[in-house]
Amino acid sequence: MGFIIYVSDYIIPFLFLYIIGYGLAMKKNVYDDFVKGAKDGFKVVLDILPTLIGLMVAIGVLRASGALEALSSLIAPLTSKIMFPSELVPLVIIKMFSSSAATSLVLDIFKEFGPDSYLGRLTSVIMSCTETIFYTMAVYFMTANVKKTRYTLAGALVATFTGVIASVIITNLVF
Amino acid sequence: MINYLWGIMIVIGVVYGALTGKMADISTATINSAKEAVTLCITMLGVMSLWMGLMSVARSVGLMDKLTKMLRPVIRMLFPDLPKDHIVNEYIASNMIANILGLGWAATPVGLKAMKELAELNHHSERASCDMCTFLIINISSLQLIPVNIIAYRSQYGSVNPAEILGAGLLATIISTIVGVVFSIVARKTFKK
Repeated sequence: MGFIIYVSDYIIPFLFLYIIGYGLAMKKNVYDDFVKGAKDGFKVVLDILPTLIGLMVAIGVLRASGALEALSSLIAPLTSKIMFPSELVPLVIIKMFSSSAATSLVLDIFKEFGPDSYLGRLTSVIMSCTETIFYTMAVYFMTANVKKTRYTLAGALVATFTGVIASVIITNLVF
Repeated sequence: MINYLWGIMIVIGVVYGALTGKMADISTATINSAKEAVTLCITMLGVMSLWMGLMSVARSVGLMDKLTKMLRPVIRMLFPDLPKDHIVNEYIASNMIANILGLGWAATPVGLKAMKELAELNHHSERASCDMCTFLIINISSLQLIPVNIIAYRSQYGSVNPAEILGAGLLATIISTIVGVVFSIVARKTFKK
């Protein structure tokens, strides 16, 4: 499983080498393109800043009041049977509804336990393979004026939960 | 939805804190969390701009188009009933590529365009077509090469190696997508029409 860590170290540098190298070979002005794109990054981040402030404050309040801990100790007896850390249950549930709310929970977990702890790593892996089910379905099906969504939710839930289970197994094996 | 979620989190937090006598902690938490959101965004400014810059290069040198073309046989396999040269194939492919590359903001507009075309092909029925179900299941199973945000958050909170989770995340996302694909194919055959 050391191989997986090895791959992790290579992905980013390889992408840079491949894209920039390809651009140079095509005799394109890669630097100008890069700068132009980087400017858009500002817009993306500025757009999320207000939601992030709102949600991080809400999670901060929940954490400081002790309600988050109370919740996870409440569900701990249930989750210990399936070997899933109770601290991450709220995250998995909230991620199905709102990506930004999930983000603030992720940050809270990183702050409480550290990004390199077991919980921090598992959180990172889970976030890499799950998507906001209900939000996505609402937005997309609303656009198409569809009311009967048939087996979409079942499929999305199956894929998401497989992802979560896989995350637990992989995190245990790799780290 | 987020409206209630947000409101309820704050109400529960403050009420619970009042009962447990944590009001001082809550005061400090509100101020600190707001400050933290801003410091986090500064880290994200760097990582996001870097990533968007790189993706902008990939687009203008034609790598994005190349990827979209490479996806064509996959789309034919997943959506066998779509008319072959219809524009919707392009939209679906661009949406998938944007998701894979972690460009969520770029994925949604083109994804919605795909959905509109699918509705047209479905004669604007209120009942989702198999293609719509497949499209959304794959979308939600979220095949993602690099979770750019997670890397930024990890680095903000002092990870020694923020990228160390990439391989594990990639493996997990591949597994969940395979399950989504298999589910879609089986469901399409089972619930045909």
